[in-house]
Amino acid sequence: MTKIGVFVCWCGSNIAATVDVDAVSEAIKAAPGVVFATNYQYMCSEGGQAAIRSAVAEHGLTGVVVCSCSPRMHEATFRKAAAGAGVNPYMVEIANIREQCSWIHKDKAEATAKAIALARAAVAKLNLDRPLTAPETPVTKRALVIGGGIAGIQTALDVADAGYEVDVVEKSPTIGGKMAMLDKTFPTLDCAACILTPKMVDAAAHEKITLYTYSEVEKVSGFVGNFTVDIKKRARSVSVDRCTGCGVCSEKCPSKRAKSEFDQGLRERSAIYIPFAQAIPNVPVIDRDTCLKFQTGKCGLCEKVCPSHAVDYSQEDEVITKQYGAIVAATGFKPIGLERFDEYAYSRSPDVVTSLEFERLCNAAGPTKGHLVRPSDGKEPKTVVFVQCVGSREASGIGAMKGKPYCSKICCMYTAKHAMLLREKYPDSEAYVFYIDVRTPGKNFDEFYRRAAEEYGVHYIKGMVGKVCDEGNGRLTVRASDLIENRQLLIDADMVVLAAAVEPDPSARALATLLTASMDTNDFFTEAHPKLRPVESPTAGVFLSGMCQGPKDIPDTVAQAGAAAAKVIGLLSKDRLVGNPCVASCDETLCNGCSACERVCPYGAISYETKTVVDRGAKDERRVASVNEALCQGCGACTVTCPSGAMDLRGFTGRQIMAEVDAICR
Amino acid sequence: MRVDNDDILRSSGTDVRKCMKCGKCSGACPSFDEMDFPPHIFVSMVERGDAAALLSSKSLWTCMSCFACVERCPRGVEPANVIEAVRASAMSPQGANRMRPEDVPVFLGAAGECLVPQQLLASAFRKYSR
Amino acid sequence: MPVESAFQPKIAAFCCNWCSYAGADLAGSSRLSYPADVKIIRVPCSCRVNPLFILRAFQRGADGVIICGCHPGDCHYTSGNYFARRRAALLFSMLDYLGVESGRTRVEWVSAAEGQKFAATMNDFAKTVASLGKCRRIGDLRCRTSES
Repeated sequence: MTKIGVFVCWCGSNIAATVDVDAVSEAIKAAPGVVFATNYQYMCSEGGQAAIRSAVAEHGLTGVVVCSCSPRMHEATFRKAAAGAGVNPYMVEIANIREQCSWIHKDKAEATAKAIALARAAVAKLNLDRPLTAPETPVTKRALVIGGGIAGIQTALDVADAGYEVDVVEKSPTIGGKMAMLDKTFPTLDCAACILTPKMVDAAAHEKITLYTYSEVEKVSGFVGNFTVDIKKRARSVSVDRCTGCGVCSEKCPSKRAKSEFDQGLRERSAIYIPFAQAIPNVPVIDRDTCLKFQTGKCGLCEKVCPSHAVDYSQEDEVITKQYGAIVAATGFKPIGLERFDEYAYSRSPDVVTSLEFERLCNAAGPTKGHLVRPSDGKEPKTVVFVQCVGSREASGIGAMKGKPYCSKICCMYTAKHAMLLREKYPDSEAYVFYIDVRTPGKNFDEFYRRAAEEYGVHYIKGMVGKVCDEGNGRLTVRASDLIENRQLLIDADMVVLAAAVEPDPSARALATLLTASMDTNDFFTEAHPKLRPVESPTAGVFLSGMCQGPKDIPDTVAQAGAAAAKVIGLLSKDRLVGNPCVASCDETLCNGCSACERVCPYGAISYETKTVVDRGAKDERRVASVNEALCQGCGACTVTCPSGAMDLRGFTGRQIMAEVDAICR
Repeated sequence: MRVDNDDILRSSGTDVRKCMKCGKCSGACPSFDEMDFPPHIFVSMVERGDAAALLSSKSLWTCMSCFACVERCPRGVEPANVIEAVRASAMSPQGANRMRPEDVPVFLGAAGECLVPQQLLASAFRKYSR
Repeated sequence: MPVESAFQPKIAAFCCNWCSYAGADLAGSSRLSYPADVKIIRVPCSCRVNPLFILRAFQRGADGVIICGCHPGDCHYTSGNYFARRRAALLFSMLDYLGVESGRTRVEWVSAAEGQKFAATMNDFAKTVASLGKCRRIGDLRCRTSES
């Protein structure tokens, strides 16, 4: 039986003017379990806390009720005071008789009666409280970043600079991601490689950063502070230690039919290849699907020509298991496939390109060495039509089968950039941009767009392209609406550039399952709070960086990457994690193994395991729910979902809340 | 002639409020030059409850029901079905004047081949017949 | 139905810790009054409110029960208020069928910034419940008490 002491606070006159505090402390003495009750001018003051200490010593209290202001104000204060007096801090309940009583009622009798009722409810709840201990777990001081694009690189650099080890896992043979494919960046038109490659080099050279390229996360177990991750290093078939990156192998390779992923298929590459000149690591990889040695067994030329004997056909996939305290998802994006957008003739005409393909065509290191020409005949385009929102903002109907309901955010800006680049390269060319809305929120963004229209003479037309026809003679006919002038246009174009919607990288879905991190309907990772915790996943210890959380441009991505790093650093800087003891727990004797709780838990904190359950002497082997206390946040969704009443929430048990209900309905 | 805008909204089976005024329908419409109210304006007028003004419009009868706009609309507004709904309400009143047979354009070529999609013929049949 | 002016309904208000309880605190610090018959029970999230708690309240003499949570999309625990809303929809229609009028039960979203809304909601709800008069108690066949 809990020995309860009740302390009624006057809060100066804030409470005492409207509530008869003597009457409250007198009346509450009759409540079950109460062995002591008093009132004091300011309970939160040193004097008030001393009163708690002496009452605990004198009356052997094991629980404390404070009738005062809101628990949101001083619950922590009184828990600390109780702990100092030797009472378990979770054996403290607050009756809110200021915000919810004295401040809103004028009639003293009425307010006093309510204060007594609230105090009784708190006592009733405290009678059923059990001492709790906040769980503590150690923290592994190493972070894992999944994805080696600008988001992952920035997060890794920031975390590593704070002195913690970071591993970066990248599934392609090089880090750099999509940003490495870009030509110029808005709104300053500086070259992407010039600002990205130094960061790539920094990441590779950083003593605290380990890069796992051509690798994938295969398995994740554990929880915040203590993740265990299996990383599969795919066989490169080239020794990273021996290779000098001379490139002779690629030159001599007889199999040159594969489409270059980096150049968006606009160029063919050899089977042994380095994706691009500044790749990190600058070591080739053998694409075994197109390599003659692996496909037919007859070749082996690269091995013969390699001056440093780095080619190794016998290499096998390798699995590395490591521990991490925090995991950052930075899996990025890809443009959606446009095969289903027949109206734009993307699949039929090589001169209808996506914006990312256009980037490669402009890039000095691209397939045309920066000479912007039509892929079909290598001629310089004179009239180029840019179509925005291809697959973005498609809500329902037939269109929804093809596109995405959201705005892809970056297209307005890069289309303006592309149109400017075209006009800069070919001053006699014509650039038409068809838009639904031009969206340019961002520093210097609207100015950039206006510069395209005003200084570069880009024709901005409000309307949409309805149809692109490949006339077969190298000409493209574009049929479009001009909503301002209410007319239909037919434009004879050399090239059409489609601003394809972005979507999360397809690898994100599988990763979310491994991490038990939630995703929205578009497969973007969900943040813990859309406004206040935008870089954290609801799953503790998992953080979000870059496009995997939602469409973002480079400045936003870098900002978010830094924010994610700050959160990771905050976590890794702790030696031990002190958890919340008010979490769910499962009564295994009642659990029927139905998995209902597992499905409603937003944190993936509940798993099922088969174990021997002893119920009144009878032993039984069965599948029961188990709560991971480090992941549980204590919302209680599972407790109500549980059909057999096995799940309960410590600190807010069903019986406790029932007792409160009984007390206030008396 | 009176027309109930709600009837049109109901019989079209689509939600015109979904329209985001992108104009892709009008960009795709092959009859654009024959129309006084092109598809995007047509939808917009129905949305603001002004369908009555469309009953005497040229667009009502120059829409070929080719469904390019339905196919391409990114919001599922289906402009051709909205036009069809207004057309139906223009035809439904008893005793209203309709086009005479000689107003029906010739759809057949010299050799009797059909110059327009079959769907259009079916639609025209509904438009002009009693 | 004539209502005795002396009738003071008993109302239990379940408030989630993050939005509605803070909204109630704001109503308090703004000195916005609402009837003393409304008594608040703090829960971590509106999804912690078990339908059994509501049945228990009516069984023990409550005249009205209101659940307050974060606005849709703002739940501290991402999705808790959606669970609460669905459960309440089912339970309240069943209670109505059992004779506990739908005016006696309510779900309301109150954010931490909506002290005004909290007070207004409670005033309105208390008025509605008062107009319905005393609630017939739900009996518990397992343990019949003398008053039921």
